[in-house]
Amino acid sequence: MNFFLATLLTPLLGGLLLGVIRNPKSAAKLNILTSSLTFIFSLFLAFEVLGKDSVHAMQDWFYLDSYNVFLVSLTAFVGMTTTIFSKPYMQHELEIERVNERRMRLYHSMYQLFQFGMLLGFTSNNIGVLWVSLELATLATVLLVSLYRTPAAIAAAWKYFILCGMGIALALFGTILVFFTSSAVLGHGNEALTWSLLYTHASDLDPTVMGIAFCFLMVGYGTKVGLVPMHAWLPDAHGEGPTPVSAVLSGLLLNLALYALVRFKMLVDGSTHSDMAGHIMMGFGMISLLVAAMSLHKQRDIKRMFSFSSIEHMALMTFAFGIGTPLASFAALLHMTVHSLVKSGIFFTVGHAAQIMGTQKMAEIRGLIYHHPGIGWGLLIGTAAIAGFPPFAVFMSEFLLFTATLESYPWLAVPLLLGLLIAMGGLFRFVQPMVYGETAEHAKAVHVNMTPVYIHFALALLLGLAIPSFLSYWYHQAAALITGGIV
Amino acid sequence: MNSLLFQLLQALLMVLLAPLVAGFLSTIKAHLQNRRGAGIMQPWRDIQKLFAKEVVLADHASWIFRFTPYIVFTATLMAASVVPALLVDTPLSLTADVIALVALLALARFFLSLAGMDIGTAFGGMGSSREMTFSALAEPAMLMSVLVLAIGAHSTNITTMITHTLTTPLLIQPSIAFALVAMLMIAVAETGRIPIDNPTTHLELTMIHEAMLLEYSGRHLALMEWASMVKLLLFTTLIIDLFMPWGIASEASLIGIVLALAIWLFKLMGLLIILAVFETSLAKLRLFEVPQYLGTAFVLSFLGLIIHYMLEVSV
Amino acid sequence: MSAPFAQQIIDGMAALTLLISFALLAQHRMLSVLNWFAAQGLLLAATAAVVAYSSGEYELYISAIMTFLLKGLLLPWMLWRVIRKLHVHREVEPIMNSGLTIMIAIAVTLFAFHVVQPIEVTSDLMTRNSMAIATACVLLSMLMMITRKKAITQVIGFLAVENSLFFAAIGATNGMPLVVEIGIAFDVLIAALIFGLFFFQIRNTFDSMEIDTLNASLIHKDEDE
Repeated sequence: MNFFLATLLTPLLGGLLLGVIRNPKSAAKLNILTSSLTFIFSLFLAFEVLGKDSVHAMQDWFYLDSYNVFLVSLTAFVGMTTTIFSKPYMQHELEIERVNERRMRLYHSMYQLFQFGMLLGFTSNNIGVLWVSLELATLATVLLVSLYRTPAAIAAAWKYFILCGMGIALALFGTILVFFTSSAVLGHGNEALTWSLLYTHASDLDPTVMGIAFCFLMVGYGTKVGLVPMHAWLPDAHGEGPTPVSAVLSGLLLNLALYALVRFKMLVDGSTHSDMAGHIMMGFGMISLLVAAMSLHKQRDIKRMFSFSSIEHMALMTFAFGIGTPLASFAALLHMTVHSLVKSGIFFTVGHAAQIMGTQKMAEIRGLIYHHPGIGWGLLIGTAAIAGFPPFAVFMSEFLLFTATLESYPWLAVPLLLGLLIAMGGLFRFVQPMVYGETAEHAKAVHVNMTPVYIHFALALLLGLAIPSFLSYWYHQAAALITGGIV
Repeated sequence: MNSLLFQLLQALLMVLLAPLVAGFLSTIKAHLQNRRGAGIMQPWRDIQKLFAKEVVLADHASWIFRFTPYIVFTATLMAASVVPALLVDTPLSLTADVIALVALLALARFFLSLAGMDIGTAFGGMGSSREMTFSALAEPAMLMSVLVLAIGAHSTNITTMITHTLTTPLLIQPSIAFALVAMLMIAVAETGRIPIDNPTTHLELTMIHEAMLLEYSGRHLALMEWASMVKLLLFTTLIIDLFMPWGIASEASLIGIVLALAIWLFKLMGLLIILAVFETSLAKLRLFEVPQYLGTAFVLSFLGLIIHYMLEVSV
Repeated sequence: MSAPFAQQIIDGMAALTLLISFALLAQHRMLSVLNWFAAQGLLLAATAAVVAYSSGEYELYISAIMTFLLKGLLLPWMLWRVIRKLHVHREVEPIMNSGLTIMIAIAVTLFAFHVVQPIEVTSDLMTRNSMAIATACVLLSMLMMITRKKAITQVIGFLAVENSLFFAAIGATNGMPLVVEIGIAFDVLIAALIFGLFFFQIRNTFDSMEIDTLNASLIHKDEDE
């Protein structure tokens, strides 16, 4: 059985099927089923790859190596837990009539199509198809962000659409530039867009063209990653969309964009033999980190607040990939994994909290721990985890990143630490009263399912205590691949 | 010696032909509008009649007002006589520089505007101010458009530019097409034709060129009218020289020149017919739209310049 | 068709593409913006066909036909219908006056030329010259998106960006591989459909097509009261 195709096609078929199912309850169940199947297939796929270093599927169209295989499983996993969370959550939204049944159908269908786009992007070996799939995932989420049809939701979706459309157009231009030079080396065909071939021929590619191409790709995919100053869409899209969508946007879509950027960085490094690309990424990363950390303090909406935290963490990863040493890349990969787990877990918790209090305004969310201990603790633990408290894995990866920075660019360790501390302060400043403050009068009883949250946090904890050998093997391999380009 | 004689002949030809050109244009327009028209010779008859009339001067007209017709006519005539019409290389061809040409026309315009204000009537001042505003936009556009060709030929000398065009193989050069369109637009504006100005109207609200001439009479007016006819011929010849010089004689032999004359007249008529069609089919622009029109011409010629660098230099 | 002649034709089309990008920026009426946009699509299709013919890349014919149907006919028609239904065919209100916009556009064009020049010398394709123009067109279309207030003109700007990118692909590289080309066209189509959907949602929710109104509903979230 071809697990690769199974992983890829399950969400596509599921999405098409969900497009015709009218009953929201059975649709939610099918949604969970599809995502679970995808996850199981992706596990098998991971086992298949574990034996070898890389797997090519369907000639050269798809390619799995240690860099993307764990991301595939991670995507499928977070995708699955999100569906489990979304069932009671969206049921409640339906009951309070924020959505109707037709939009529920759209929601489920688009959710699976988004999954399909994500998996296609991660596994594709063709940088053109990578672009197409990222655009597909974006288009699917645009409809998801505007699901509530409130003025703010529509405005947010429009902003998201236009800004990301512009960004992604620049990325396509960068891709065209890469093709422009690679077609001279690899011939005028699909080969010239095939990443694995490009990687082996990287030193033949024209450094000037690749340098300019990277600038376009950086701004293009950087928009999607949410780097400052192209981040304007991100808080709005996260704040106004349904919570499951915020969770996957933060936990998954941003990863895919960063993944694409790093793939290109490998090519550019191999071609230019300089740190140019790395330095650009470090610059964007550092600025984004500081701006996001400070913006955190100004927020009043809980989901927007955590979306700025997402920008901050994506910035950390961008910075780490920019440093480019094996240690830094290892840290970035680990951070990518745990950030996805913890941040989606936090959004699940936040979603429930917002439903209980009937608002997303932080000033009106109070005393969660007395009213709903499960949610209160969840928010507290999640915030501790994302702020980088030991023993959670975020601490591990941030510590590794800090060490790597000290090793290569000691002076940058100061602003890095500063950014982390400011962000931590911002998080706790808001979370503490929400968890412990006086119990709010307007709290309602809502059916909640905290299991996915606990699973996510437990995994983050486990990774913080001990990284499984196969995962650390992949990290090491991928880190070597990422650093390999620099001579 | 022979060519010097020829130079004089050409200047004479330009001056004598100019009223005929104006007459030709208005006849074509009359035909297009289903009128009979006054015939090709009508501008000649008008000029003759004006020369015979007495000059009426305003009481407080200064010397500027009296001298201006001669300055304008001479400047325009000088410009017209150095532009190669039939022969590429004439004794004065060294002075046939585009920038010098623009300067001569600017001199004429300067005095014309002064004269418009000299009497102190409202219309004269208004005409001068309009003329100056629009020429501030038209002149850079015209220079920019000529520059496109000049860069290719590495010279702003018209003779050199013609030689360059004649000796390079025929290519589709988008930059030149842009420059041509811009140049046509500017030529229409500079010679005061529809849609910018209307030489046959004296409607206060819209007139530009005519407003400055309102106080003139007799031989002064005749010279002014004549000068503007020469200017029309000058611009047509300039466009022919810059964009379609094929057929111009390269040496001063009789057969060559007769042939060149025939081809030149043919091209001239072609351009005039096109102009007549445009004038008939277009409505005059409102005044505040004129800067936009000239701006478009400027952008077009600028695009031509950029495109020249982008597409053609590295070829 | 000999190679230099084909090159001249392609160069001419490149020049026209740049002209259309400027024209799109300078237009004031919604319908004329749309007409220019359609002209751009048709010109693209023609360019693709010429490149296909002269380079012998027969896959490009398919791209040319797709472009003709999608960008030359379908998208303009859809937008035209939207404009008619929403009654927004009046004046397009630019944020800046058009003279300033054009000045910026000229600066942007020079910038694009400056950036791309070192690239062009590295290629030996006969269409390489159009790279600078394609870059300029991409940036100009983005300028159009920035300087316009109405949602529909922003969308036309967005689609013009896509057009310029397609021009970059055919102009600079003789076209991307067909699979990618189809993927991109598919995405554009979906994007256009979503845009169409949005127009009506925006209209129903905000009773206006001005972007400022949209942003106003978000702004209060950023600021402290």
